[in-house]
Amino acid sequence: MSRMKHTIAITLAAVVLVAGLFGAGPAAAQANRIIIDGSTTVGPIAKAFAEYYMQKNPGVNVTVSESGSGNGAKALVNGMCDIADMSRFMKDEEFKAAVAKGVFPVAHVVAVDGIAIIVHPSNPVTGLTVEQVRDIYTGKITSWKQLGGPDVKIVLISRDTNSGTYESFEELVMNKAKIVATAEYVGSNGAIRQRVQSTPAAIGYVGLGFADRTVKALKINNVAPDNATVSSGVYPVARPLYMFTNGYPKLGSHLHAFITLYLGPKGQEIVEEIGFVPVTKY
Amino acid sequence: MHEQLLMTKGARRRSRLAALFGHSVLAAVASSSIIALLFIFYFIVKDAVPFFRFEGVREFFGSVRWYPSREEAEFGALAIFIGSALVTIGASVVAVPLGVLAALCLSDILPFSVRQIVKPVIEMLAAIPSVVYGFFALVVFAPLLQSHGGSLLAAGAIVVLLPFALVGSAIAGNAAGARAPEASRRAVRVGAGLAVGALFAAGLAALAGALGRLTVGSGTNALNASIILGVMALPTVVSVSEDALVAVGRDLREGSYALGATRVETLLRVVVPAAKSGILAAVILGVMRAIGETMVVWMASGNAAKVPEPWFNLLEPVRTLTATIAGDMGEADHVYGSSRYHVLFAMALCLLAVAFVMNLLSELAVRRLRRGRT
Repeated sequence: MSRMKHTIAITLAAVVLVAGLFGAGPAAAQANRIIIDGSTTVGPIAKAFAEYYMQKNPGVNVTVSESGSGNGAKALVNGMCDIADMSRFMKDEEFKAAVAKGVFPVAHVVAVDGIAIIVHPSNPVTGLTVEQVRDIYTGKITSWKQLGGPDVKIVLISRDTNSGTYESFEELVMNKAKIVATAEYVGSNGAIRQRVQSTPAAIGYVGLGFADRTVKALKINNVAPDNATVSSGVYPVARPLYMFTNGYPKLGSHLHAFITLYLGPKGQEIVEEIGFVPVTKY
Repeated sequence: MHEQLLMTKGARRRSRLAALFGHSVLAAVASSSIIALLFIFYFIVKDAVPFFRFEGVREFFGSVRWYPSREEAEFGALAIFIGSALVTIGASVVAVPLGVLAALCLSDILPFSVRQIVKPVIEMLAAIPSVVYGFFALVVFAPLLQSHGGSLLAAGAIVVLLPFALVGSAIAGNAAGARAPEASRRAVRVGAGLAVGALFAAGLAALAGALGRLTVGSGTNALNASIILGVMALPTVVSVSEDALVAVGRDLREGSYALGATRVETLLRVVVPAAKSGILAAVILGVMRAIGETMVVWMASGNAAKVPEPWFNLLEPVRTLTATIAGDMGEADHVYGSSRYHVLFAMALCLLAVAFVMNLLSELAVRRLRRGRT
C-alpha cells in the first residue's frame, strides 16, 4: 500500500517536473491556453483534439465552446478565441470585418464531413440522386415502389435539429426545403443506424464513419460513399470542415502544434473515430 | 423540593432561545422545498414570457407547423401537445386498470406470503433507470412491433378482454337464470351464459382478426411509448393503491362479512369505496409520472411533430413536450436568447401548469371524498 503511494507520488513529481520543463520551453512567451469556439459540427473534433492534447501537455488548457459557425467567426474577429471552428467558409462580410480589425483569418481544413444515406440491407434500392433523397425528405416520394422497391411506406429517420449532422444534411441535400413532419427524430448517429438496421422500410443519414456493414449506404448520383470519394469531393453529400486562426500560428507554439494535429496519424485516427473523413492518408 | 422544579431566570431564557433556534431551523428545512419550487417557477416563467412576447400565443397553441431551427422559424406546438396527451392517455389505459386490479389482488385475494414476494418485485420496476426502459423500447420492442405488430396486438387484445368476456357471460347467465322458473333455472343459466359467451367470443375473434391484419410501419410510435410508460407507472399505481387498500383495515372487512356480504360484495362495496381517495391519488401519481417522463418518450415515440391520422392512431410516431425540451436543449447556449431557446421554457411552463392543475384536482377530490365520508 505504502509502496503504491510512493509510486504515485514519484510519478506525480515526474509529471510536474516534465510539465515544468516543457512549460519553460516554447510556450513561455505564449499563454498556455487555447480558446476554441464555433460550429457544433466541428466541435466534436476540437473537443477530441483538446482531450488528446491536454493529456500530452498537462500544462496547457484548451477550452472548446460550440456556439455555431457564425458566432465562432465573430469571436475570432473580436479576439475572443484563438481558433474558430466553422462548417462553412467565412463569408465576405466576416472577412472584411476581420481585416478591418487587423485579424487575418487563415483556413485549415481539418476533416471532410461526408454523410452516408443508409437503408436496410434487404432494401433492393442501391442508389438515388440527391434530388430523390430531397423528395423523400420533403414528403414528395412516400413509397419505395416509386424508387423501384417494394410497395411499402418509407419510414424517414432524421437527426435532431440541434446536431451538426442535421445541419450538414439540411445544407447539402435539402437546399432550403423543409423536412416533412412525418420524419422521426433520434438523438445520435448510433441511434439512426440502430433504427435503420431494424426497420426494413427505413431511410436515414449518418456521418460516414457510422455507416457499417449492418446497414446499406446508398450510392448518390452513382457514387458510393467511402473515404476516397468523400475526401476527393466526388461524392456529392460532403463538405470540408474548417478551423480558422488569426494568421498562421507562430511555429513551435502550442497553437501551432494543436492546429497541425490533424496532419498526423493520431489526428487522422481521432477524426475517423468521430465519424468524419480525414484529409490525410496513412 | 419546590425550588428544584422551578428553573432559574437564565435557564428559562436559554431554553426558550434553544427552542426558538430549533423551531427556526426546522421551519427553514421544511420550507426549503417550497422555496426551491418558487425559484423553479420564477425562472421558468421569466424565460417563457419572452417567447410569448416575440411570437404571440396563437401560433404556439394553434398551428401544427414545428420548424424551430429554420431561419424563418415556425413554432406551432399543437401536434406536440396532442402527442403528449396521446402518450399519457395510452399509458394510463395500460397502467391504471392493471395497477388497481393488481393492488386489489395483492391486498385482498392473494395469500399474504405471496404478497410479501410479489409486491417488492413490482416495486423493483421503479428502480430500473428510465434509459434502460428506453433502450429496451428502441432495441427490442420497436423491431418486435415491426415484425409481428398485428399478431402482437391481437394477442394483447385477447389477453386483456378474455377475462372480461368470461365474467360478463357468467353474470349474464346468472341474471337470466334468476328470472327463470325454479325447475329450468339451471338450464337457462347455462344456456344464456353460453349464448352470451359465444357472442363475446365472436366479437373478440373479429377484433383480433382485424388487429392481426394491421402492419406497423415504424416500431417507434405512440403505442410503444404508451406501453413502456404504462409499465413504468405501474409500480407507483400498485404500491400507493395497495397501501390505501390495506389501510382500510380489518374491522371494516369483518363487519361486512358479519353482515352476510360475500367476498366480492365486501371488496367492491366496502373496501374499494373506503380506499377511493388513496386509489385516486395513486392514479394521479401514475399519470404524472407518465407525463413527466422524458428519456423513454425521446427514444421510443419517434419524435415526429405531426398529428397522427386519424388523431387516435397510436401506431404513428408522435412528439411530446418533454422529449422536445430534452432534444432541443442540448446546445441551448448557441441559440441563447432566441425564440428557439425561449419556446422550450414556454413548453416547460405548460407542463408545470398541467402538473399544478392535476395536483389541485386530486387535492380537491381527496378533500371532497373525505368530507363525504364523515
